[in-house]
Amino acid sequence: MKVTKRTFLGLAGASAIALSAAPAVAQGWEPTRPIDFVIMAGPGGGADQIARFIQSVVEKNDMAPRPLVPNNKGGGSGAEALIWLNNASDPDHTILVTLNSFFSTPIRQPDLGIDIMTFTPIAMMGVDPFALWVHKDSGIESFEQWVETVKGANGDYVTGGTGTGQEDSIVFAYTNNAFDMNSKYIPFDGGGAVAAALAGQQIQATVNNPAEARGFFQSGDVRPLLVFSDEEMPAYPGIPTMKSKGHDFSYYNQRAVVGAPGMSDEAAAYYQDLFKKVYESPEWQGYLESESLSPLWMNPEEQKAYWELQMDVHKQLLAEIGN
Amino acid sequence: MRRGEIITAGVLALLSIYLMVDSTKLGVGYVAGKGPAGGFWPFWLSVGMLISTGFIALNWYRRTSPPSQSDEPVLDAYGRKMLLLVGGGIIVFVGLIDIISMYGAIAVFLLYYLRFLGRHGWVLTLSMALVLPVAMFFFFEGLMRINMPKGMSFTAPVYDVLYDIIY
Amino acid sequence: MEILSLLGDGMLIAIQPLNILLILVGVTVGLFIGAMPGLGSVNGVAILLPITFLVPPGSAIIFLAAIYYGAMYGGAISSITLGIPGASTAVATTFDGRPLALKGKARLALVAAAVASFIGGSVANIFFTLFAPLLATVALNFGPPEIFALMLLAFATFVGLGGDDIPKTVLSICFGLVVAAIGFDQISGAPRLVLFGMNGFLGGINFLVLAIGVYGIGEMLWTLDTTRGEVTSSKADISAKGIITDTGETFRLGWKGMSIGSVLGFFVGILPAAGATPGSLMSYGVTKMLSKNPKEFGQGHVSGVTAPEAANNSASTGAMLPMLTLGIPGSPTTAILLGGMVIWGLTPGPRLFIEQSDFVWGLIGSFYVSNFFALVVNLAFIPLFIWMLRMPFTVLAPLIFVLSIVGGYAAMADMFDVWLIVLFGIGAFFLRKFDYPVAPAVLAIVLGPIAEPTLRQSLLLSSGDPTIFFTRPIAGPITFVAIILILLPALKYLRPAKARPAE
Repeated sequence: MKVTKRTFLGLAGASAIALSAAPAVAQGWEPTRPIDFVIMAGPGGGADQIARFIQSVVEKNDMAPRPLVPNNKGGGSGAEALIWLNNASDPDHTILVTLNSFFSTPIRQPDLGIDIMTFTPIAMMGVDPFALWVHKDSGIESFEQWVETVKGANGDYVTGGTGTGQEDSIVFAYTNNAFDMNSKYIPFDGGGAVAAALAGQQIQATVNNPAEARGFFQSGDVRPLLVFSDEEMPAYPGIPTMKSKGHDFSYYNQRAVVGAPGMSDEAAAYYQDLFKKVYESPEWQGYLESESLSPLWMNPEEQKAYWELQMDVHKQLLAEIGN
Repeated sequence: MRRGEIITAGVLALLSIYLMVDSTKLGVGYVAGKGPAGGFWPFWLSVGMLISTGFIALNWYRRTSPPSQSDEPVLDAYGRKMLLLVGGGIIVFVGLIDIISMYGAIAVFLLYYLRFLGRHGWVLTLSMALVLPVAMFFFFEGLMRINMPKGMSFTAPVYDVLYDIIY
Repeated sequence: MEILSLLGDGMLIAIQPLNILLILVGVTVGLFIGAMPGLGSVNGVAILLPITFLVPPGSAIIFLAAIYYGAMYGGAISSITLGIPGASTAVATTFDGRPLALKGKARLALVAAAVASFIGGSVANIFFTLFAPLLATVALNFGPPEIFALMLLAFATFVGLGGDDIPKTVLSICFGLVVAAIGFDQISGAPRLVLFGMNGFLGGINFLVLAIGVYGIGEMLWTLDTTRGEVTSSKADISAKGIITDTGETFRLGWKGMSIGSVLGFFVGILPAAGATPGSLMSYGVTKMLSKNPKEFGQGHVSGVTAPEAANNSASTGAMLPMLTLGIPGSPTTAILLGGMVIWGLTPGPRLFIEQSDFVWGLIGSFYVSNFFALVVNLAFIPLFIWMLRMPFTVLAPLIFVLSIVGGYAAMADMFDVWLIVLFGIGAFFLRKFDYPVAPAVLAIVLGPIAEPTLRQSLLLSSGDPTIFFTRPIAGPITFVAIILILLPALKYLRPAKARPAE
C-alpha cells in the first residue's frame, strides 16, 4: 500500500469532492486497465444479476473508459470474495458487489481476518426486501394461519432457503424465535433453486426476495403472507409487515458496491461518481422498480455508518439464533 | 517400481488420514433427525481411501499388481531428465506469472521449450514466443474481457499502452 | 398449429441476411471459445454484451444462440485433439475421442462429434418445441431425493469404467468425491477441509482444476515419458471426401450412442439441479452397458464419442427449459442468458411462454438455425484442427502446457488454482505410472457436488430416515435400478475371486 503525503491530504478532501459536483472529478483519476468487478455470489444469483445489469448500463452509456469485468467469487458465503479484495494487488481497479454476507461472513468466520471497515465505500444501489412465501395449494391464506400450521406440525414443517447462516436462514430463525415455532430448514444453493423447490412443493415455505419469486408469483403458484420491510410493499398490497405483527424486525439484503481496502482517494472518488451516474440512470431506476428493490442512496460517510450499524445488528441476530 | 508402489500407497494412506482428521472438525456422525453431519461425507470417503490403500499394500505383498512385480525403475535417466526439464519448466513458468505477467511468462516458457528442449530454429522460436502472447493478449483482454495477471508494477507502462490500443 | 407458425416466424427472422451473418460469426467464435480449455459458452457473454447495444434485441438473442451452439460443438474439439476436456460436459468425450485421435482417426472422431452434436441438438429442439411447458411441470417434481437417486444411477452406469485394479479404482473415486467436498459446506454453512489452513481452499476445487491438471499436464508428462519424446504425430489426412466417408462411418458405428444420447441427455438436462454433465456421462455409461462389446469402449469406439456428444448438446438445449420456464439457471451459461433476459426486461417463469411468446419462439427458432450452421462451420474447420495435430510434438506439447495454464487461470481467475493444476498434474503423472485410473476421480468431482448436497437435503427432509429414497414414487424405482446395477458386477467379481486363489 502506497501511503504518500498526497493521500493524507486527499483524505480530507475526498469526501467533500464526492459530495459536491460530479464534473469536477471527471478531470482527475481514470482507470487505466479493466476493472475487476468481483461478485460475492455465484453466477445466476441476485447479486450476479445486478452486477451484470450494472455492467451493461455502464457499457451502454459509455460511462467508463475501461470495461467492468465481472468475476464471480461466491465460495464460502462470500469469504472467497472478501479475501480476494483484502489481498487485491491493484486496489484502484478492484471493486465488489455485496450482499449481507458482507456483514455476516466476517462475524461468523473471525479467523479470516477481514475487517470490513477497512473497505472503501462506493455506492449503495438499493436494498432488496424479503417476503414469506407459501404454495397456493397449501390453503394457507394469512400469516396467523401459517403460524398455527407450523406449530401444529411439531417441527415437521419444511422451510428452505439459501445456505445456513446466510440471509434466508437468519430471517427464518428470527421468525421461529419470535413466534416460538420450530421448523426444518433445507439449504439450497441459490434463490432460483429455492423458488423452484417451493413451486414443486418440495418445501413448504420460503423467504425469497421479490425478484426471485416473481415468475411464480405472477403465475399464481406461490403467494406472499408477510413482508419483512419497514412498510407494506406496493407490489403486494394488503400483505402485512413483520412490524405490524408486534415484532420490531425488518430485514433487507444490501445491494451495494464497495472498493478494495487501500484504494486511493482519487480512485474512490471516481467510482463514487461513476456509480452515482449509474444509480441515476433511467435503466437502474427502472430496474429498482421492476425488481421491487427499495432505493436507499447513501454518501460514503453514511455508508460507513450503515456498515457499523449492520455489523451490530448481525452480531446480535447471529447470537440470538445461535449461529 | 516395486518400492515406488508401496511408497505411493503409503503417501496416499497418510493423505487419507489427514483428510479424515480434518473432516472430524464438523462432526462425522449421523445426527438423529437431521441426517449426516458436515464431515460425514468426506470422512467416510477418506476411510474408503485408507481401506483401498490397505488392499493396494496387500496386493503389493502378494505381488499381484503389475507395478509390484516390476523391477524397472519408476523413472529412468530419461524420465528423470524429462520431469526435471519439462515439469520444472512448468513450475518456473507459473512462478514467473506473478513477476513478469502471464504474457511475459508465456513468452519465456515458449522460448525455453522450443529452443532448448525442442531444438527448433531461432526463427520459429522467436516468432512463436512473440506472436502467441500478443495474440493471446488481444484475444483474452480485448475480445473475452478476461484479466490475466499483470505481474509486478514495472510491467505497468507496457500494459497501459496495450490497453490504450484495445479500448 | 399455433406453435408451428410461431416457430416458423422465429426461423424466418433468423435467416435474414444480418442475422445469418451474426450466426456465422457467432458460431465460429463460439467454436473457438469452446475449443479452448477453460473457456466455454459462459465467456461468450463478454462478446455478446457490447453487441446487444448495436443490433436489435432479436438479433442479439440470435447471436447468443449462435455462440452457445458453437461453444457446445467446440467442447469436443479440445477433448479429442488435446485430450483435455474443456468443459465438464465434454469429459466423457475424452474417454474414446482421445484414443481415436491417437490411433490416427482424429478426423473420424471430430466428424462423429460434430454429427452427433447436430443430431442431439435437433432432437432436443423438437422435444423442446412440442412439449416444453409440460416437461417443465415434470421437472418440478424432481426434488433432492430424486436428483440423488439419479446421481446414484449415473455412478452405477460407470461401475467398471476404471482399470482392472479394483482398490485403485475405488481409491480414485473416493479421492474425487472428497476433493469435491473441499470448500464450504452449504448445509451447515461452515468451512470444511480448508487444508493446511490455506484460504485458497475456501472456494472449493473446481472440476476444471483437476481435469486440466490431470489431462493437460499429467497425461502430457506421461506421454513424453513413455514415448521417449518420439511421439509420432497424427497421420490423418485432410480431404473433403474423407469427411463425407467419416459421416457415413459415424452413422454406421455410432448410431446407437447417438440415439441413446439424444433422448437420455434431454431428459436429464431438463432437471433443474442436474444439467448437461450428468446427462452426457449417463449416456456414455448406458451406451457402453447396452453395447455388445463393452470392452471396446475406452479404446476408441465411435459410439463412445457420439453418445456423450449427442447428449451434451441435447441436454444443453434441454437445460434452457428450467431457465425459461422456472427461472432457474441450470448452468453458468444459462445464468448468463438469464441475466441477459433481465437486461432486456423479460421475466423468466411459467408465464414467459404466454406473455413473451415472440421472444421464446424467436430463441427456439434460432436454435434450429444455429445448430445447422454450427455443424457446417465445425465440419469446415476440421482440417484446421487436424493440421494442428500434425504439428511436431515439440511444438504441440508446449502449446498444450500454455493452454492449460492460461485456460486454468481464465476459468478460475486465481493463481492458487493454477498452482493446484500443476500439483494435480505432477501427482497424476506419478499415479498414472503406478496404474491408478484417473478418469473415476474426474467423474467423481463432477458428480460429487450434486450428489452430496442432495443426499443431505433429502435426509433433512425425512428427518434422517434413508427409506425416503425408496418410498418416493419417482426416486424409488431409480434407486432400485441403480442398486441392482451396482450389485451386478460386484457379484460377477466375487465368483471368479473364489476360483482365483488356486493360481
